[in-house]
Amino acid sequence: MTSLSPSNNLSSTGGDPSVAHDDQQHGEHGDHRLFGLATFLVADGMTFAGFFAAYLTFRAVNPLPAGAIYELELLLPTINTVLLLASSFTFHRAGSALKRSDRGGCRTWLLITAALGFTFLAGQMKEYFSLPFGLTDNLFASTFYAITGFHGLHVTLGGLMILIVWWQSRTGGRVSADHPFPLEATELYWHFVDGIWVVLYAILYLL
Amino acid sequence: MTISLTPETAPAHGPSLQPQGWLRYLSFSTDHKVIGLQYLVCGFLFYLIGGALAGAIRTELLTPISDFLPRQTYNEVLTLHGTVMIFLWIVPVVNGGFGNYLIPFYVGARDMAFPRLNAVAFWLIPPAGLLLISSYFIASAPESGWTAYPPLSLTTPATGQIIWILSVLLLGGSSIFGGINFIATILKLRRPGLKLMQLPMYCWAMLGTSILVVLSTPVLAGTLVLLSFDIIAHTGFFNPALGGNAVVYQHLFWFYSHPAVYIMVLPAFGLVSEILPVHARKPLFGYTTMVYSIMGIVFLGLIVWAHHMFTSGTPPWMRLFFTIATSFIAVPTGIKFFNWLATLWGGRIALNSAMLFSCAFIINFVFGGITGVALAQVPFDIHVHDTYFVVAHFHYIVYGGTVFVIFASIYHWYPKVTGRMLNEPLGRLHWLLTFVGFNLCFAPQHWLGLNGMPRRVAEYDPQFQLINQFSSVGALLMAISTLPFLINVVMSAFNGEPAGDNPWRALTPEWLTSSPPPVENWKGEPPLVHEPYGYGIKPGDISLTDTSGRDLWRLGAGSDSRS
Amino acid sequence: MVMPIPPAILTLLLGMGLVLSGLWVGQNVSLLPLDASSNAPVYDELFKVLFSIGTILFIGIIGLIVYSLVRFRRRPSDLSDGVAIEGNLPLEILWTAIPAIVVLFVGIYSYDIYERMGGMTPLNDHSLHAAHADASDSRTWAGISPAMAESDDGMAAVPVDVTAMQFAFIFHYPDAGITSGELHVPLGQPVALTLKANDVIHAFWVPQFRLKQDVIPGQPTLLSFTPTRTGRFPIVCAELCGPAVTS
Repeated sequence: MTSLSPSNNLSSTGGDPSVAHDDQQHGEHGDHRLFGLATFLVADGMTFAGFFAAYLTFRAVNPLPAGAIYELELLLPTINTVLLLASSFTFHRAGSALKRSDRGGCRTWLLITAALGFTFLAGQMKEYFSLPFGLTDNLFASTFYAITGFHGLHVTLGGLMILIVWWQSRTGGRVSADHPFPLEATELYWHFVDGIWVVLYAILYLL
Repeated sequence: MTISLTPETAPAHGPSLQPQGWLRYLSFSTDHKVIGLQYLVCGFLFYLIGGALAGAIRTELLTPISDFLPRQTYNEVLTLHGTVMIFLWIVPVVNGGFGNYLIPFYVGARDMAFPRLNAVAFWLIPPAGLLLISSYFIASAPESGWTAYPPLSLTTPATGQIIWILSVLLLGGSSIFGGINFIATILKLRRPGLKLMQLPMYCWAMLGTSILVVLSTPVLAGTLVLLSFDIIAHTGFFNPALGGNAVVYQHLFWFYSHPAVYIMVLPAFGLVSEILPVHARKPLFGYTTMVYSIMGIVFLGLIVWAHHMFTSGTPPWMRLFFTIATSFIAVPTGIKFFNWLATLWGGRIALNSAMLFSCAFIINFVFGGITGVALAQVPFDIHVHDTYFVVAHFHYIVYGGTVFVIFASIYHWYPKVTGRMLNEPLGRLHWLLTFVGFNLCFAPQHWLGLNGMPRRVAEYDPQFQLINQFSSVGALLMAISTLPFLINVVMSAFNGEPAGDNPWRALTPEWLTSSPPPVENWKGEPPLVHEPYGYGIKPGDISLTDTSGRDLWRLGAGSDSRS
Repeated sequence: MVMPIPPAILTLLLGMGLVLSGLWVGQNVSLLPLDASSNAPVYDELFKVLFSIGTILFIGIIGLIVYSLVRFRRRPSDLSDGVAIEGNLPLEILWTAIPAIVVLFVGIYSYDIYERMGGMTPLNDHSLHAAHADASDSRTWAGISPAMAESDDGMAAVPVDVTAMQFAFIFHYPDAGITSGELHVPLGQPVALTLKANDVIHAFWVPQFRLKQDVIPGQPTLLSFTPTRTGRFPIVCAELCGPAVTS
């Protein structure tokens, strides 16, 4: 048997102190969970990318029937955009507060963030009910509702996650400076949802 | 020789609520090896179902008239056949099955990065599969093909189509969870000291595959949600009668479903890259170019989807771009095949079942690749698009390619999983029947397509009857070939020759432990393998062939460490 | 003592034999049906080139595999290893470059073929469309349309409106005002089909004409050809369009 080259094929690490103990292989490590979430968000982003691509193609290729309404009011969505961007900032403040072990501050900022998120949803509802077209009226309407609805679903989920983190952080056992994962994960997700909104706003409302 | 895998006491395990013994294969186990086998066995059961459906198709096509199945049932059968084989057999087995079993070994980890997510990903599959099959009994099975092109999929019975969408969404979710897990495991869970460019090739294949899964599967999911809106809520995304655009569906569908071919084939490339060096006793030729060619295939695979739509009224510049991009996939793919040939060249090749299936894979896939490059040329495709030529090409890729590799892998890793060898004569009989049956079934279909037989038809021009009957005889041989395989796998589990820990004298880390491996893969420290393909006599080295290899390799049990 | 033939020469001879046999197969083995339109021979030219290249590659690789398996096989008792060759950069560059050049050549060549078949006509070409009877459509998608080139000969294309449905093709001849279930076209004169579908996607295919075009609802599509052979040829619907066949 000659296939083993003595020098570098196989070596035990028992005698090498730098690599001797690698307990991170056991169980789930926080870093990996955040990495996994980031990968998932890439996947989620691709769903939106597919929707956006479909919307842009529809716009380029399929003419709407005469009399169909294309234009959207800009005031409410713009306020909504500001709200959502502000909520990303407040969430960031919540995260910084947690790092400083300022649990009270963290919880306050979390509540503000959730409030901003749900205000956004209320604004979205108001827009839906004031729009002159319904889901099946024309291709533009269907695509508009599908994309904003899918995004709204994400905001709803994110808002609930924020409330859960807020609840879990009340004693400092589940969420604390030493256990920041639930907060960090929700924050990453929330920033993602905000980022998607900015693209959505640009494509659906401004373009 | 400095092998000193000092035996350590295994970490103590408290009493567990998890079932032990064979029952754990029916449980929500988080052990990557159990999950891998769950994928494999579950996938094989669906393979038998999909095979029975294929049998129904080939029986119907024995005669030019629709006599065995009503036309509608025939369409249901071909839809279920495609969906079952792709989403419930090949994708789960070649990714989830072998991926889960091998990847943690290869990166030197004790489990996947997210074991619970891993179990969730598997347990989405059986319900999704049963849901799909049950559609036939609930209402009527989907009958618009596995592509579910609207407007046809909007006009066929809605219940079956919605069940199909639900099922594919569940399977897509499973696939995405699996992909995330593989990416995290390969990139984040590597044993300290193990560099990326020292990983066995299967890791690279799974990394590339998982990137494709994560980037493309969500697009299909979103598209199917829109399709279900069209069916349930009567929106008009893909319905031209309501102002929608059916071609957009095709773009979005193929943005997933072309990469899906690589999701099925890249892992097979990886598995073959593991099997060939072991049985040829030579290093894998051209490791670095192999890695780059995998990544090249991943990149190109994402930008070639519209070659499935050359007759769909796509603009000329698009046809031109997708022709060139698709043709160029032949370059990285060709590199891999030349590298495998160079791996075999000058080796000491064991002509066992694993090697025979691997070489048959190379032959089949080269054939499928040649017809693939031809199909990439728009003018060529315009004649044969949607004909039996495409059916033949596709089966040469996914059956002649991937399924052959699945069998090769089972022959290769069975001793690791069970500790017993499979019976070689039965294995070679299985290989012979499969190889002859497969080629007899699908090679004539190229001619059928060129001469005017469209695909997905229960009736055809009587001039094609003889060739169709040849094809059906081939299908029968393929069905028969499953018998020696099943007998072999079941009998060998009880009576097979004990394999020892490393019957192939392989160097990759899964062989450096006992067979079957213990719960956390190694008793003691995971081995650090810098050269997973370090076979062969270094040119100029003194031959040491007199040393018995087996003794050296019985290390994983920790009973006899030698130097 | 006789000097053995150098392996380089043997390899060269083998390679030449391989190329010659591939070319012979490509030129002499016919797998295609009768050619009955002006672009069928163009198509067949491409087919022969692809068939030759494919045959050379396929026989070459099978030969290498079978030779390796026989020549380098190992007896069960043999536990020795092969030579540890891990790569050869010049060789790898060679077998990257050659396929790249071949596929580039094939791509350019098939583009040329496609141009000759009339496939590169741009979408929504109103000059094409103006000549056509049905002017009510705002837009027409172009399939294969060599009618432009051929109308230079002074020969007007015969317009036919085709409606695809479950499960038939209906042909309407606007010049004669006739509607029929069969397509009758004159020999040697260009024909311009306007294909329409109202229910699901169909595909219009005449194997002897080497032409196929999906007929997608909402996308009236133009397809032109010139028949060159008399006979009865089947029109096939090549897209899955529901539980029946049209042929």
